[in-house]
Amino acid sequence: MSNPRVALFATCLTDTLYPETAKAVVRLLERLGCTVDFPLEQTCCGQLHFNTGYADEARSLAHRYAEVFEGYDYVVAPSGSCAGMVRETHPGLCGSSVPVERTFELSEFLVDVLGVTDVGAYFPHRVTYHPTCHSLRMLGVGEKPLRLLRQVRGLELVELPQAEQCCGFGGTFALKNAETSTAMLADKMRCVQDTGAQVVTAGDNSCLMHISGGLSRLRTGVRGIHLAEILASTEEQPWVATP
Amino acid sequence: MGRNPVTWLGSPVFPKAAHTALADTQLRANLRKATTTIRDKRASAVAELADWEELRRAGEAIKDDVLANLDTYLLRLEESVTARGGVVHWARDAEEANRIVLDLAREHGADEVVKVKSMATAEIGLNEALEAGGIRAVETDLAELIVQLGRDRPSHILVPAIHRNRAEIREIFRREMSEAPVSDDPRELAEAARRHLRRKFLSARVAVSGANFAVADTGSIVVVESEGNGRMCLTLPQTLITVMGIEKLVPSWRDLEVFLQLLPRSSTAERMNPYTSVWTGVTPGDGPSRFHLVLLDNGRTATLADEVGRQALRCIRCSACLNVCPVYERTGGQAYGSVYPGPIGAILAPQLADDPSDEQAASLPYASSLCGACYEVCPVRINIPQALTHLRAKVVRNKGGRNPEALAMAAAAWVFADPRRFEAAQRAGSLSRLLTGAGPIGRLPWPGSKWTATRDAPSLPKESFRLWWRRNRG
Repeated sequence: MSNPRVALFATCLTDTLYPETAKAVVRLLERLGCTVDFPLEQTCCGQLHFNTGYADEARSLAHRYAEVFEGYDYVVAPSGSCAGMVRETHPGLCGSSVPVERTFELSEFLVDVLGVTDVGAYFPHRVTYHPTCHSLRMLGVGEKPLRLLRQVRGLELVELPQAEQCCGFGGTFALKNAETSTAMLADKMRCVQDTGAQVVTAGDNSCLMHISGGLSRLRTGVRGIHLAEILASTEEQPWVATP
Repeated sequence: MGRNPVTWLGSPVFPKAAHTALADTQLRANLRKATTTIRDKRASAVAELADWEELRRAGEAIKDDVLANLDTYLLRLEESVTARGGVVHWARDAEEANRIVLDLAREHGADEVVKVKSMATAEIGLNEALEAGGIRAVETDLAELIVQLGRDRPSHILVPAIHRNRAEIREIFRREMSEAPVSDDPRELAEAARRHLRRKFLSARVAVSGANFAVADTGSIVVVESEGNGRMCLTLPQTLITVMGIEKLVPSWRDLEVFLQLLPRSSTAERMNPYTSVWTGVTPGDGPSRFHLVLLDNGRTATLADEVGRQALRCIRCSACLNVCPVYERTGGQAYGSVYPGPIGAILAPQLADDPSDEQAASLPYASSLCGACYEVCPVRINIPQALTHLRAKVVRNKGGRNPEALAMAAAAWVFADPRRFEAAQRAGSLSRLLTGAGPIGRLPWPGSKWTATRDAPSLPKESFRLWWRRNRG
């Protein structure tokens, strides 16, 4: 496909807290020949509200989403959770609309739409991958992120034990049931540490915020890095930590 | 409004109950071992069937048809049961159902009844009601017996004593049985229970059972079990009283084929359960000479009225959702404060309780990270995450808008409604770096403190992505 016109849906969390992930998506998609736009009218998919029980607020955000992204060939989000919210829940909230069907999580877009698994990345670290619940079960991205990671030069991919177990984030669940959330996190961290990986990656900054928050508290030295940043990293322009 | 005993009186809200459960290392070890084992076994039992997805869809379709035409099927069932010599009773709520069973037991001169494990009778607190009426109810399912003798509460739909290990069980038996087991060897424990129960089976005149399925066309009631104790209850006593929820129907005999494949693989990871008992009215000279069927509503009609929530009534009580639930695995079933724990309990119990003032019931739809593992394994495709968010919306409506969470949510919605406000909020946040510095944040004020108690928080970047985009690309 030549020069698809792609809108980046950064998601409110990544836009605000993890700008490097969104920059990585832009860099990666442009490297693969896409024309990338970031409509500044975008804000949030409404998942925070919807999942906490505030459906009316979520409904108006779903309408906003449909308006903002109407004119694009594709919308790409670096989040299985938010892409899942758009595809699975928006139709029920604001009626089915074009941007809803054209919204993809990053790994889906790369593999299914662009048809690439080798994105020319270089990332010389030992990495383990956590398949976040909404990517895994709501979108069914399956092996796609792993297929992408296996093609990254220098990267040593190590399998995460009990990978399909939830990390315990769950949006407001992490606050409302903080202790249960932490118990789930403890098991996830133990699995990550058992792999001996230096980096844990995933397709969602929300879950990574939770996992790396725990790893950082314990001074484990293991970092959480979004899949997009690994895939954007090249020998010419390697990934660097931002303060 | 009368209180529906589907949630246990005095149970704390879920986060509080979880706090206690999470501190119990023995409980967590017992649960982890049990759920991990059954989870793996279920996965391989299901993988053997190439048509599992079709079976799930068939199960879903049959149950949806039953729910859509419940009135017709129930009347048909009543007619078939009556034609075959049974007596049908209708019970609106727990109190009515308990009174019917108590009166029947008294009428037939029983001071003790034997029971085959039944969720419906646990839901209505039948044992306690009988006790208050001077009649002892003896549970004959092994796990249920352990719970009863331990004066404990169940913690799992299928294995109510899943939270106990064998050393604990031996202690309970030693205290409560006339012939106590000599060791905690499982065979030894089972033998002790068998001796204990045998005496009960041979002397009981009245038995009370639940039902896994009832066939509308023929009036047949079906119970599936593993130990055969249920079959003793269903055949030896003179009077059999079955209490079943009105949603347990299937239209025809053929429909059972689907569920007798779905249920055992989902619940015990077996190709088929060891005992499937079917009884249809009464047969002279064979089995009980009197059969009563109590059809229990207890909140089901109200649940049926909710378009999204009603799918919970498809449930065939297999407990697969409990075994895969990461929340259940850490907290155990008692934290849910109901005979229906785990993901299905989190959507079923609050609906059956149907009481907006019940804070404990209102905390249950939030007892989930929405990971979706429950939906994936559900043999009748109950979209539990969907029902959970739907019920959360109901909780929010009942609470009204004047509480810290609702105000925070309204503020967030106001910010997200306009990209300029969102950008302003981001700028304000970036300024907070002056206070927190550039590294991870170890302590935040409430409600962020709930996060930073165990997790560092990321510091806000110097500029958000949208500011960067505006500067470089805009």
